[in-house]
Amino acid sequence: MQLLEFQAKELFREYGISLLDSISSTNIEDGRKHAKELGYPFVIKIQVPVGGRGKAGGIQKCQNDDEFDIKYPQVMDLEIKGEKARAILLEKMADIKKELYLSIFLNRSKRCYTIIASAEGGVEIESVKNQIIKEIGLGDVSDEVANEVAKEMGLEGITAQGVADTLKKLSKLTIEKEAELVEINPLAIMQDDTVMALDGKFVTDDNANFRHDELLKYQEKTEIEKQAEKSGFSLVELDGDIAVVGNGAGLVMSSLDMLSDNGGKPACFLDVGGGATTESVYEALTLISKLDRVKGILVNLYGGIVKTTVVAEAFLKAYENNLIDIPVFCRLKGTESEKAKEMLQGSRTNIFDSVEEAINAAVMGVKK
Amino acid sequence: MTDIFELLKGKPEDSDYEKKGVIVQGITGSYGSIHAKQMIAYGTNVVAGVTPNKGGQKFEGTVPIYNTMQEAVDATNAKISIIFVPAKFFLSAAKDALNSGIKLLVAIPEHVPIRDTMEALDLAKQKGAVIIGPNTPGIMIPELIKIGIMPPMPFKAGKIAVLSKSGTLLYEISDALTNAGFGQSITIGIGGDPVNGTRLIDAFEMVKDIPDLEGLVIVGEIGGDSEEMLAQKIIDLGFNKPSVAYIAGRAAPKEKRMGHAGAIVMGTYGSAESKVSMFNKANIPVAKRPAEVPVLLAGKMEK
Repeated sequence: MQLLEFQAKELFREYGISLLDSISSTNIEDGRKHAKELGYPFVIKIQVPVGGRGKAGGIQKCQNDDEFDIKYPQVMDLEIKGEKARAILLEKMADIKKELYLSIFLNRSKRCYTIIASAEGGVEIESVKNQIIKEIGLGDVSDEVANEVAKEMGLEGITAQGVADTLKKLSKLTIEKEAELVEINPLAIMQDDTVMALDGKFVTDDNANFRHDELLKYQEKTEIEKQAEKSGFSLVELDGDIAVVGNGAGLVMSSLDMLSDNGGKPACFLDVGGGATTESVYEALTLISKLDRVKGILVNLYGGIVKTTVVAEAFLKAYENNLIDIPVFCRLKGTESEKAKEMLQGSRTNIFDSVEEAINAAVMGVKK
Repeated sequence: MTDIFELLKGKPEDSDYEKKGVIVQGITGSYGSIHAKQMIAYGTNVVAGVTPNKGGQKFEGTVPIYNTMQEAVDATNAKISIIFVPAKFFLSAAKDALNSGIKLLVAIPEHVPIRDTMEALDLAKQKGAVIIGPNTPGIMIPELIKIGIMPPMPFKAGKIAVLSKSGTLLYEISDALTNAGFGQSITIGIGGDPVNGTRLIDAFEMVKDIPDLEGLVIVGEIGGDSEEMLAQKIIDLGFNKPSVAYIAGRAAPKEKRMGHAGAIVMGTYGSAESKVSMFNKANIPVAKRPAEVPVLLAGKMEK
């Protein structure tokens, strides 16, 4: 999962990385109290798990109470790349000399952790110039490497010391929390030449969650996502009207692509996992029945070992229990598909031999 | 470089040529036992199983079970193992296997922490062993040996190599290939994790010199840059066997994990566009749908 800025900063603080004073809130009443504690001027920062906040107007300077009353709700109501504000962070304004870039990330192709540093930060990573890149195995940064990076950035004196020190703390954080990415952008050089993290990004390895109870409080899941996880499914909610269900992440992604190519709008990505059973398909239909915007369901199952009649049973059971009242467009691969078709004759489930046919029918079906 | 065919088949002079022994770690678990049976039914020579505290018993009345990998390897001299234990026990199972002399380790579990995969990989490197996975459907030479969880029907012996990050898409696309008359010489599941024991580029190294190879199919998905690396390698080597790619996840939103831990686009890193454009540079057509793969492959072969 990707943490919000204020959550990443909580971890930074815990690891001794220098930060400006800041307080997060989720409503304007609390925000007002914090404004008094913090004192003007400060910056109002939207908390969303995506980048590009500044450009979208999600970061606003605030000088006084009047501005606060206008800007706080403004920022709170923004939606950035489809993400609504989770919270608002008020942070003291900084008088800075220069912005640097510093991160440690999991380098998937090299299969090791890697440092990226630059003396020209403050822009998105793709635009960061003169990147210094160092591979660091499982994530450990020695004094020597830390000092070398600072030197290569062209830094000296207490600034160089500050960067090396921050890098070592980032390394400790990466290893101990099993992060995939920890980024400070910008890491600012202050007027007194010390450095401070003005922003923070932190992405965890979700598969290591079982070893990190302390990170659970940052987990943000909708009720339906929690239920999906309990059933061993992967669910990503999308904003269209056709729910897409299948077995295997690749197959479901592929169905999503083909549906979009044909003008359909996916309402969700739901992977029930490698196999398909009566229970898993029934569970999937139960989850989807809770999504209001769904007008049709596209099911793409590559059964392999599974008999398709087993899947047909799940649909029949769902109708019997009045679980779903919208059309289902289903492509089933596996044994006994003729029999499965017979079983579902006259029901709201239409079975197709190819996924292309099922998709065409689904796109037409929800338009009606 | 690893000769994967020698590992899977052996040499003609070997007494166990084309019958190489495979040990199943976690053979008494629900998942492990189903797939051990399926592998045996396919003709894979499953010589032993390992489940702690169940040593001395027999699986299905025939396959001996041992408490540790060392005992299983000592008794069978097998060099191949497949792991079915839950993700949190993967690292210890992998260490057990690698420290006992296993040279090809097929790692089925999904949700293995990245750090554990990296530690297992470090050890494999020291021991000169290969890990396939984790989160892989496995590896197979159709009609000869299956070390994995794939259903048998989509596959047929032939001369096309298929490399795939996804399991079900491997079945889907192999099925389409088989129906079009393209059998497979080998299929390798890379796995959907961010860190793969055998990356696309490593799998390519394993198959590129197969003497009678007639074509290559690459099934990728969003996330990371292993497709880009492979495309670059193909350009650099001037590899010119007919090749076709498929990339899943074009319509996926950014910054969301799409089922696989590794299937996530961050900024532009890992995007489908980046992968498609690199394959185009390598003169490898990218199918829009799985069913289009054999059509494009046939087109490449005519040229």
